[in-house]
Amino acid sequence: MIEVSRVTHVYGEGATARTVLRDVSVTMSEHRVGIVGANGSGKSTFARLLNGLVVPTEGTVLVDGLDTRTEGRQVRRRVGFCFTNPDAQIVMPTVQEDVAFGLRRRGLSREEVRSRVAEVLERFGLASHADHPAHLLSGGQKQLLALASVLVTEPSHIVLDEPTTLLDLRNARLVADHLGRLAQQVVLVTHHLELLEGFDRVLVFDEARLVHDGPPDEAVAAYRRSMA
Amino acid sequence: MSLGLYRPGRSLLHRAPAWSKLLLLLAAGASSFLLDRPWQVASALAAVVLGYAVAGVPPGVMLRQARPLVWILAAVAFFHVLASGWERAFVVVGVLLALVLLAALVTLTTRTADLLDVLVAWMRPLRVVGVDPERVGLLLALAIRSVPVVVGLGQEVRDAQRARGLGASPRAYAVPLVIRSLRHADELGEALAARGVDD
Ligand SMILES: Nc1ncnc2c1ncn2[C@@H]1O[C@H](COP(=O)(O)OP(=O)(O)O)[C@@H](O)[C@H]1O
Ligand SMILES: [Mg+2]
Repeated sequence: MIEVSRVTHVYGEGATARTVLRDVSVTMSEHRVGIVGANGSGKSTFARLLNGLVVPTEGTVLVDGLDTRTEGRQVRRRVGFCFTNPDAQIVMPTVQEDVAFGLRRRGLSREEVRSRVAEVLERFGLASHADHPAHLLSGGQKQLLALASVLVTEPSHIVLDEPTTLLDLRNARLVADHLGRLAQQVVLVTHHLELLEGFDRVLVFDEARLVHDGPPDEAVAAYRRSMA
Repeated sequence: MSLGLYRPGRSLLHRAPAWSKLLLLLAAGASSFLLDRPWQVASALAAVVLGYAVAGVPPGVMLRQARPLVWILAAVAFFHVLASGWERAFVVVGVLLALVLLAALVTLTTRTADLLDVLVAWMRPLRVVGVDPERVGLLLALAIRSVPVVVGLGQEVRDAQRARGLGASPRAYAVPLVIRSLRHADELGEALAARGVDD
């Protein structure tokens, strides 16, 4: 469960200060939560609050009762994060090494690391690419690798900030299919509205505020109206 | 592009522990100055080529390892032929070539992570002077990973310029490339934080 209470976030100070989230409160316990909104409405900032990458200027964010302000480390172990650009989040030279990277310093034996990495690569259809340099993968495969590298650490929540924006439709679908199968709580920021079908709840952001909160069709309709 | 990157395999060299290969490389480097006869150098080169055969690396890949050095080697050879004769030139160029090929052979048959683990272990004593070996290892891995990324960014900048019909001015190339690289560094930092590197 993720509880965001009375969060306001300001970037910069003085004359350059800019409020990007204004008094946002929401409790998310659903399995699938979507987030939509115009560019610059604060979605990415909101997503980054959920794993403590951004600590709010005011208000609190609790993940399973842990405060991101004081327990960022435990929070990040529970909340996996997937970015838009897979090239930036793949940090090791080869596929297998990148997946194994997240398991460092966890006190696992080499054997355990190997079997967990193999299992996750198999699941994401990357087993035959295990020793390939990451830069030779296609865009869709890179995003699947990024997802695999996050999931191998077995987080209980996963937050994704527009993971399909740089992908073509087929690869976007592929990534979405994998998301659909996850047992974890998923919080998905996206402009691909069709991916929200079957979601339990969708939040709509506009100009730093949470302006709508409801089932997907209703929220998507509200979003389309506000954009018109 | 895939210069010196690990090629999966099951050969003797692939299975040898990373530390033994690094040690061999160090020993070869340290003793290379002992070679001063053409026949010795020829044997060293032959041994390295044999190593490639044992590892099952195709000759084309082997030649590609030496390609970035061709001009430097040619210049060195030219200088030595003029200054001290072809024998000396063969020795100097041959030793350089053998060492480069040997280093490439090590990286071709060893996973980057395994090499880094060895380096990190060897750097452990440096802890007393304040070096964090894990950090240095991570830095090296990021550097290796960033080469193809930055090459890709350069490609994007060139394509964008061509699409807008701009000529090949070095400044019009360098400025956007630097900006994109900085943005990449920013995103990479964020990704590392999300993956718990600083925790
Ligand atoms: N690190 C930052 N420093 C200053 N301003 C930022 C930073 N990150 C985002 N912003 C600004 O905050 C606003 C909201 O950004 P963001 O959360 O990325 O929105 P979205 O993801 O919905 O496009 C934008 O105007 C953006 O320029
Ligand atoms: Mg965004």
